[in-house]
Amino acid sequence: MSPAGYVFLSVILFVIGAVGVLVRRNAILIFMSVELMLNACNLAFVSFARLHGNLDGQVVAFFVMVVAAAEVVIGLAILMAIYRARRSASVDDATLLKF
Amino acid sequence: MIHQLFLASGPGSTNIDPVFDKVLFWILAVMAVSAALGMILVRHAVHCALMLAVVMLSLAVMYAMQGAPFLAFVQVIVYTGAVLMLFLFVVMLVGTNSAESLTETIRGQRLWAALAGIALVALLIIGIGHAAIGSAPPQSSAFSTDNLTGLARLIFTTYVFPFEITSALLMTAALGAMVLAHRERTEPKPTQREVARRKIASGQVQPEPPPGVYALHNAVDMPAMLPDGTTSDRSVSHAVAQRDVQLGRDPQGVITVDLATGMRIDAERAIETGARGTEESGA
Repeated sequence: MSPAGYVFLSVILFVIGAVGVLVRRNAILIFMSVELMLNACNLAFVSFARLHGNLDGQVVAFFVMVVAAAEVVIGLAILMAIYRARRSASVDDATLLKF
Repeated sequence: MIHQLFLASGPGSTNIDPVFDKVLFWILAVMAVSAALGMILVRHAVHCALMLAVVMLSLAVMYAMQGAPFLAFVQVIVYTGAVLMLFLFVVMLVGTNSAESLTETIRGQRLWAALAGIALVALLIIGIGHAAIGSAPPQSSAFSTDNLTGLARLIFTTYVFPFEITSALLMTAALGAMVLAHRERTEPKPTQREVARRKIASGQVQPEPPPGVYALHNAVDMPAMLPDGTTSDRSVSHAVAQRDVQLGRDPQGVITVDLATGMRIDAERAIETGARGTEESGA
């Protein structure tokens, strides 16, 4: 399969993740959608690495994975803090800065 | 075949059969896209996490197919193993019953999100189609060594500074998670004496019966029966009770019905024995 097919697949997965961020209201599910978008980007990086015949894309994908792991740790900790304070994981309920 | 798949060395050379390659790609692509769609459509958070696991595993196989076996294993170990388990832990902590309500808070949000998604797909596919279609992958590999050696050489030479920065980032993340998860104690810890005093003062000295104790049915969602014949709602876990409500079950009602039936049967028996007694005395 040519790298173009993988790139198109990664586009579709990225957009599904973006729509998930827009549609879902539970903060955990929004995080999962962000993870899906990061994974789609990784797939594109690996495909482009194969397209160009070098390993730089794979190194970048590796770094993206590391940063995503750190992001998930911090994000879920913030989520737990919000849940403890407000007893809700919905993004609609965190409206303290709104008014 | 599988051995070839995972040990496909070099970035450009996935030396597997092209037909097998294509078939595997389409199976995995359909699986990944349908699981991703399911992830944003399914209501329960646990189901979403499992769908995400399917997407991540199929992406791992795709990495292996594209000459990135190291990334494939990192994907399985770090993403599916660690990150997703972290998600599942948080789902358990926040509560599996937090299935979100399906009413929209912003009117037309889903419709507009779907339209924006379709527009973004069209934009990206047209753009990438103009740029990348027609360029076949170069068969000659820039690296004669295998994937792992090449990656290690790159990470520890060209990208050694970002790699060091990464360690600082991970340490900051660990410290940040500890700081965020830490809760300052605002009142002194109650001593054993205070706990005992409070317990005596509350009037409930003995522990509460667990669910199912003296109940007519042996299940965790059956409230315990107290010595006076009433049932105690406090003996059932909140999450279990909420699940019963979601599934439309009513353990309390079942108990009430059973108690009423039992009383009726007792009364009928009493009447029956009474009648038999009068018959015997009459004879």
